[in-house]
Amino acid sequence: MKALCWYGKKDVRVENVADPKILNPHDAIIKVTSTAICGSDLHLYGGYIPAMIEGDILGHEFMGEVVELGREVDNLKIGDRVVVPFTIACGSCFFCNSDLWSLCDNTNPNAALAKKMYGQTPSGLFGYSHIMGGYAGGQAEYVRVPFANVGPMKVPESLTDEQVLFLTDIFPTGYQAVDVCGIKQGDTVAVWGCGPVGLFAIKSAFLLGAERVIAIDHIPERLQMAAKDCGAETINFDGDRELLGLLEDKTGGRGPDVCIDAVGLEAHGMAPGALYDWAKTGMRMATDRPNVLRQAIMACRKGGTVSIPGVYGGLLDKLPMGAAHAKSLTFKMGQTHVHRYLKPLMDMVEQGKIDPTFLITHRFPLAQAPYAYELFSNKKDNCIKVVLTP
Amino acid sequence: MNVRPVPELLAKPPQRQPMDRNVGSVERLLSIAAGSVLVAFASRRLRSPLGMTLLATGGEMLFRGATGFCPVYKLLQVDTHEMDEVGVGIRVAVTIDRSTEELYTIWRDFARLPEIMSHLEAVTVTDETRSHWVARAPAGMKVEWDAEIVKDEPNSLIAWHSTENAQIKNTGSVQFIAAPGGRGTEVHVFLRYSPPAGSVGVAVARLFGEEPSQQVLADLLRFKQKMETGEIPTTQNQSAGHSVKRQVKSHVLASATSDQSEPKPSIPSNGHLQTLTAEGVVL
Repeated sequence: MKALCWYGKKDVRVENVADPKILNPHDAIIKVTSTAICGSDLHLYGGYIPAMIEGDILGHEFMGEVVELGREVDNLKIGDRVVVPFTIACGSCFFCNSDLWSLCDNTNPNAALAKKMYGQTPSGLFGYSHIMGGYAGGQAEYVRVPFANVGPMKVPESLTDEQVLFLTDIFPTGYQAVDVCGIKQGDTVAVWGCGPVGLFAIKSAFLLGAERVIAIDHIPERLQMAAKDCGAETINFDGDRELLGLLEDKTGGRGPDVCIDAVGLEAHGMAPGALYDWAKTGMRMATDRPNVLRQAIMACRKGGTVSIPGVYGGLLDKLPMGAAHAKSLTFKMGQTHVHRYLKPLMDMVEQGKIDPTFLITHRFPLAQAPYAYELFSNKKDNCIKVVLTP
Repeated sequence: MNVRPVPELLAKPPQRQPMDRNVGSVERLLSIAAGSVLVAFASRRLRSPLGMTLLATGGEMLFRGATGFCPVYKLLQVDTHEMDEVGVGIRVAVTIDRSTEELYTIWRDFARLPEIMSHLEAVTVTDETRSHWVARAPAGMKVEWDAEIVKDEPNSLIAWHSTENAQIKNTGSVQFIAAPGGRGTEVHVFLRYSPPAGSVGVAVARLFGEEPSQQVLADLLRFKQKMETGEIPTTQNQSAGHSVKRQVKSHVLASATSDQSEPKPSIPSNGHLQTLTAEGVVL
């Protein structure tokens, strides 16, 4: 089959590889009908995530048709059309039973490695480094889905691929980022990063009862989408101090009640903090560039919540913990418990409460995936979200 | 109930005198060899500053090799001799969502441990308390020993030590303690062994990517995965792009995480822990 393989920094290629096989009794093989490039795939593309191995198949947002089943999968049939959560969960451990699916104890084959690095292992992920299990991803014609008895969810015939594809990651990720903050009446939510997760966070904030949403980015077409499609007020940032001042002004000096970092470890920008991070990561003295997180902590109102759907991978420098402590902030973070949100969000799509297709800007065949990565990575041609078809 | 360390496993070595050995046996031999070469080399260049420096260095290496005492190690509080005596100690714990009875029963059936413990090749039970163990060692070698159970408290504790003819002297215990709030069982493993070549042996093993505590942890996590889900997650033999680097890196990764490329041979049994093949089974 054809698959998009990682070979190094800014080096991904569509290769001919062996078709996936059933390896465990709870496996299924899915024939991929639609797959997307995620903003977090760009962290891999940029070489920021350790423990990648040349030849790894990328892709954790995918859906398709069941073509083969392991003997212990009894909830699916050949031919079922399913969406597959990007987090792999066993469904039987303490964490799965506690509705914390992305913390599943039992799906990472390299659990001992992750434990050494992070103290404990999170769940296995598709196509996201060998610390997270090293599972082959879904930017391919076929993909092996472990614990298929737990993750994949059947899609109603009335819904198109594009309407449900983002249930695999970015929609639940944006939704969870707001949901875990417990939005109250009158709350103002600030969202850093108007990429797909940020845009879904904005939509979700309104769905969950936020009064106002302030969207922060520096890419005009993304801010435009945040305003036009999602109803947010927008700030085109260009300096730390100015941004914080603007947020104060917009909230009557209180600060946003909820601050969402939908950017993560690769913050861009020309603010002094951002340049400092560029220098440090450039010299391999730091792994992440947490300037957005610094801003979110400084901006957040007293007793507010900082929510971090953006991915961080290593050690962060110069986080204002003094401010966080002085203001009694609450932090919410982590990979998405996709299994928790799959059904309720699919119902919302079916009921027409949200149309997730609004952010698709580009569609390519899988063969053109390397070009699509380059386009998305450089945000050329107003690229916000790419859908690939094998 | 608290974790009760088995006393003989945790005994500390006796306090030693100031001018006591702090260089391990293999390292002493290497010191003598290197010291001899340096002295021979320096003796022909005695008039140059380089020659004098090399002579002094060679002399120090001969001294520490001959006496087993290294003043520099003493200053740095390094002791590679200790490992010859007390060996390497490992403590690892995992919590498994199963009863103490179930886990004890499966563990007590030593012959089946290699199905989950990837670094064990085979265990043969010879009688009620004795068994013969074959384990994989670095660089494709094998080590074997006879073990004897010294304590066996059903559903709670198993402790063992190697018998006198062992290639690698070792002791170990596994303890099963009910976790609070009905969260299953804490499995605590203590191991202590004398590596065949002392500290150098451990260092060599690490070069081959075989960190003993990491291996024991990896095996215990596999045990947990198998017990809780009925299968051990794997990515071996999955699809991937071709790359020479991939083959090397995958091998290093596999030895660090115990994800095996070869399926285990089936072991016929009437027990409820069925055989583990590449396809795995449900318990």
